Amino acid sequence: MAEEKKLKLSNTVLPSESMKVVAESMGIAQMPEETCQLLTDEVSYRIKEIAQDALKFMHMGKRQKLTTSDIDYALKLKNVEPLYGFHAQEFIPFRFASGGGRELYFYEEKEVDLSDIINTPLPRVPLDVCLKAHWLSIEGFQPAIPENPPPAPKEQQKAEATEPLKSAKPGQEEDGPLKGKGQGAVSADGKGKEKKAPPLLEGVPLRLKPRSIHELSVEQQLYYKEITEACVGSCEAKRAEALQSIATDPGLYQMLPRFSTFISEGVRVNVVQNNLALLIYLMRMVKALMDNPTLYLEKYVHELIPAVMTCIVSRQLCLRPDVDNHWALRDFAARLVAQICKHFSTTTNNIQSRITKTFTKSWVDEKTPWTTRYGSIAGLAELGHDVIKTLILPRLQQEGERIRSVLDGPVLSNIDRIGADHVQSLLLKHCAPVLAKLRPPPDNQDAFRTDFGSLGPLLCSHVVKARAQAALQAQQVNRTTLTITQVTGAAFSFPAAPAYTDTLPSPPVRPSNHWAAEGSWLHCITCSDSSVCKGCSAPPAFPTSNQVHSHVVFVWCLVFTAG
Amino acid sequence: MAALAEEQTEVVIKPDPEGPPALPATQPGDCPGEGSGGSHNSSHNGGGGGGVAASSAGGDGGTPKPAVAPPAAAAAAATAAPGGAAGAPAAAAEGIASQDRQTLLAVLQFLRRSNLRESEEILRREARLLEEAAGAGAPGEMDGPGAEATSALLSRVAAAAGPTGPGPGSGSGPGPGACPASAGPAASGAGTGNSGAAPTAAAPAKVGVVAVEDQPDVSAVLSAYNQQGDPAMYEEYYSGLKHFIECSLDCHRAELSQLFYPLFVHMYLELVYNQHENEAKSFFEKFHGDQECYYQDDLRVLSSLTKKEHMKGNETMLDFRTSKFVLRISRDSYQLLKRHLQEKQNNQIWNIVQEHLYIDIFDGMPRSKQQIDAMVGSMAGEAKREANKAKVFFGLLKEPEIEVPLDDEDEEGENEEGKPKKKKPKKDSMGSKSKKQDPNAPPQNRIPLPELKDSDKLDKIMNMKETTKRVRLGPDCLPSICFYTFLNAYQGLTAVDVTDDSSLIAGGFADSTVRVWSVTPKKLRSVKTATDLSLIDKESDDVLERIMDEKTASELKILYGHSGPVYGASFSPDRNYLLSSSEDGTVRLWSLQTFTCLVGYKGHNYPVWDTQFSPYGYYFVSGGHDRVARLWATDHYQPLRIFAGHLADVNCTRFHPNSNYVATGSADRTVRLWDVLNGNCVRIFTGHKGPIHSLAFSPNGRFLATGATDGRVLLWDIGHGLMVGELKGHTDTVCSLKFSRDGEILASGSMDNTVRLWDAIKAFEDLETDDFTTATGHINLPENSQDLLLGTYMTKSTPVVHLHFTRRNLVLAAGAYSPQ
Repeated sequence: MAEEKKLKLSNTVLPSESMKVVAESMGIAQMPEETCQLLTDEVSYRIKEIAQDALKFMHMGKRQKLTTSDIDYALKLKNVEPLYGFHAQEFIPFRFASGGGRELYFYEEKEVDLSDIINTPLPRVPLDVCLKAHWLSIEGFQPAIPENPPPAPKEQQKAEATEPLKSAKPGQEEDGPLKGKGQGAVSADGKGKEKKAPPLLEGVPLRLKPRSIHELSVEQQLYYKEITEACVGSCEAKRAEALQSIATDPGLYQMLPRFSTFISEGVRVNVVQNNLALLIYLMRMVKALMDNPTLYLEKYVHELIPAVMTCIVSRQLCLRPDVDNHWALRDFAARLVAQICKHFSTTTNNIQSRITKTFTKSWVDEKTPWTTRYGSIAGLAELGHDVIKTLILPRLQQEGERIRSVLDGPVLSNIDRIGADHVQSLLLKHCAPVLAKLRPPPDNQDAFRTDFGSLGPLLCSHVVKARAQAALQAQQVNRTTLTITQVTGAAFSFPAAPAYTDTLPSPPVRPSNHWAAEGSWLHCITCSDSSVCKGCSAPPAFPTSNQVHSHVVFVWCLVFTAG
Repeated sequence: MAALAEEQTEVVIKPDPEGPPALPATQPGDCPGEGSGGSHNSSHNGGGGGGVAASSAGGDGGTPKPAVAPPAAAAAAATAAPGGAAGAPAAAAEGIASQDRQTLLAVLQFLRRSNLRESEEILRREARLLEEAAGAGAPGEMDGPGAEATSALLSRVAAAAGPTGPGPGSGSGPGPGACPASAGPAASGAGTGNSGAAPTAAAPAKVGVVAVEDQPDVSAVLSAYNQQGDPAMYEEYYSGLKHFIECSLDCHRAELSQLFYPLFVHMYLELVYNQHENEAKSFFEKFHGDQECYYQDDLRVLSSLTKKEHMKGNETMLDFRTSKFVLRISRDSYQLLKRHLQEKQNNQIWNIVQEHLYIDIFDGMPRSKQQIDAMVGSMAGEAKREANKAKVFFGLLKEPEIEVPLDDEDEEGENEEGKPKKKKPKKDSMGSKSKKQDPNAPPQNRIPLPELKDSDKLDKIMNMKETTKRVRLGPDCLPSICFYTFLNAYQGLTAVDVTDDSSLIAGGFADSTVRVWSVTPKKLRSVKTATDLSLIDKESDDVLERIMDEKTASELKILYGHSGPVYGASFSPDRNYLLSSSEDGTVRLWSLQTFTCLVGYKGHNYPVWDTQFSPYGYYFVSGGHDRVARLWATDHYQPLRIFAGHLADVNCTRFHPNSNYVATGSADRTVRLWDVLNGNCVRIFTGHKGPIHSLAFSPNGRFLATGATDGRVLLWDIGHGLMVGELKGHTDTVCSLKFSRDGEILASGSMDNTVRLWDAIKAFEDLETDDFTTATGHINLPENSQDLLLGTYMTKSTPVVHLHFTRRNLVLAAGAYSPQ
């Protein structure tokens, strides 16, 4: 037993420099190294002790996460005054930084402008605690209602899709993995003798894929009917509601095969009838299904991709191609395909490469009509900068010639003209930002012309615009950091700032006067642009408020519990 | 009564018997687990002194009078005990037989608390209390605050009551457990006045030792480590033993492997105590990987402990020192070990084995690895066999006969005897409500219970009516579960309780509030104010209705009063009161008529983790961080009993359905069962591998289910004191457990957001508790969790904090939605 789980012990101790820094801030200038060492040992020990006590409060509070109040209560147990002012109802998201061989956890606190706080209207009063009853189970069966978790959680759906043999149904029929195999085998003596768990036939592979049940309850059938009708019906308000339901309801797992078939059949029929509106509705359904966080669509991608692809590259999607805006549908569907690729493409199914191949093939073909051409390019462009760089840019010259021949040549068909026009603007839209990154700044019309042929001049002006825009954004970033540098004047000796993506959750904004001084260095570290940050790593000086020490200590303390 | 008080005073002023063990190492029949446990905990519990009341309990125990009236007796006990920080000690000391000494002690305490050390000493010298004073903690060296010193004093007193004396026939040799004759009463817990003579005899013998040793409490305890062995040799010793054990025969290996952990800990502590920091670290590094995984929490504490200074005040460490680690080893294995150690001249290890371990030797076959694994895991090893030998009256009390109103005659009148024929056998098997007295039941008046009021009788009738409509549960008929989700609780829900008739739900919150909801259409109303009440016609029939103030009707009432998170809540059976226990160290009693706080019971001084009303009302039990559980009566402001013995926080407390026993689950990974009558610990259940967070008695009182942080639920046979089942399935702390009304189904709720239902009938059905198993305590657990699991129901990120079966066997579950 002991071998299974190796005890992870944190032998972390605070660095003795911290002691020095703290001492300095208290006005004790020279602390002997020995004293520091002793202090570190002592402080580390006490912090661990407190963290262990705090865990007790966490457990008794029926929580999974340690909060600041737990630390406070633990301090109180030890007859130590709690740290006032560090209250957070929610878990504090800790940020991690590393670099230069050092690792650090800290907690981001935004600098808050008081006047902003004063001027903004009061936040809504948080809702009061209330009690809500629902049926978790009715005579042993769990009803599929929004209050209950989805019958099959996403992980399980994923497991079923990717590794059908490993997954097992949860809940009642716990027939899947035989648990406790280690001990069960050994304790054959004694009382367990007559109960040998399942009657095994020797040598027969006993694990069969559980048969999926596709029966829908009456409620589910009603729901399905309502939803599909609303999705393709005429009332926009109803549709929005239905789509919202598809995108958020947790219990749709059972209905997925129906929806998938509905969409693919719907596309097949409506493409033939050139019913643009319905196609758009169906694509919005796909989008909603994709957005539902409880669904894992892997099993249905084979039905969905053809439908979506059809909406991108079909020769004709509407009755009057010269008037109707089928381009928007193609754009939308192209984004969907890109999303599908991002979510489901693996090295085994190669979705992305297969899709790319399809698009490229139809684009390269000389006889492809402009509509399909547009779709293929849109589809490729949505797949990201790399795809644009490797597949679209090399063909710009060729494509430009083709466009020019249509636009400048004799008017053969108005439809072709419109198509070419759209293709041109599409290419400009997608290629310009990529080129702006790839090519060094002096944008020369002639250079562009030699590189990209007839599209060159236009591209050039677009690239210039793109550059200007990028510069503008950079400037905005710069300005904010400038203000920070002014406030700061101080930076802790931290490693180079890591670049944080905007996907991280930002903590709730709170006024924090005690952080006014020291909040700033945290800021520089967390601001997204690392190059700018280097500017503010001015001479180190530790902020001198008492709160900071406790704060730093507190940060460490959580590191220990994490360890 | 007077005699009782006398006895206690006697006990109270007894000098300190606790000190370094000057006596030969292992005392047969000595009870380190309990006695010293009590003394230890009081060193860190502030007032009230775990020990004092334990001593009072001891007083009761010494003269087992079945007809003793606990409230009264306990009142005396309570007054005898100089109340801790909260109570007025001086006042408490008055009115007792040996008033002078009491007063003196109280004054001394007061002086100490106010840091007037000098005057304290002068007074002491004058009063010739020097010996006691020395025993009572060295003056001047106490580093804790005054309150702590007080409690230290109290703790000594407590220990005096404990049977820590040299047991009869002190076999000085290494023959631990060789004297089972003395074991019976001695083992039974904190403050069992073993025999009047034993402690008294022990006391003078020890006074000398203690008086010489002028050191504060902790150091005295620690000094046992003051052995000078060559620190470099420790690793060699340990690996030598390890080698020996690993090379021994298979049948012995499992048993001897139990030695690894306690030896490891004690050797490490010795190294630390003697300030060989580096050796200690390397010793730890080298061998901590060998230890069983369930000890890792304790190891984590140990790993941070690297300096002698840290050892003072470290509770886990003190546990190791003050309580002997109990091992059960067969005689053959033990002989093998003894021979090896003697051959090798391995004195270091031999000393540890003698001084810090209690080896419970049994005859017969060595146990298998599975058998051992099932039982170990607690902080101080297994329970001694003797600890679970006391008789427990686990049967139910006879239900009072109730005159039933005419219209329900057919339903109720026969209910007792066998109205629906099919129900009769069930009732009998469950031992409930049958007319004849259950042979295992305690005498009806073993502890005095409150008389039934008219309203109680009405409620009983309601209950019986509902009972007839109860669903018979079983594997084919699972109960429905209604889940009450607390929304917008912001991670703040800490406790929940539901009334027996399922009409009210109370929630304790981290923001110190207690909220009471009515879940029936009947709203909550409070009584009118005094002036309005005086206007009411008191003769009218509906006076009870008239006193209620309609204006106050609402679904939710909020009770303000605590100053810390509310960790426990419990409704009284008659729904008139609500108890809540909190981080602020108090238990509060709330009236559900006026929705105000009636009493704040102070005593714990540290967070109180749980509280529960007795099934008959009036009494309640609370347990907290100070490692003791206390029994209270609602009309006494001080506890009637203090159950001391746990080595770590008491996390949960439950009353036995017959109200004669209390079960406590602790962070030391043991469950104890205490006798309410005399405060004895009558059962110690070991086997959990994590702190225990939930307890549930089966409705027939025979079985106990316990759930811990390791996600396992263990089932215990109370009568035999044996583990009878293990339910594996949960992946996180089991927060709540409940049996269905007829005991067919066990429901468990956990932090892993699931409710699971288990087949309790099957789990208990073929228990072959033969004499052999009973005698040896060797258990073989069937590996049948999967067969017993009837259903698993996931909630939507809502930890299941509470479970309740309504009278018709519908499950009510509750928890706070906590979005990730």
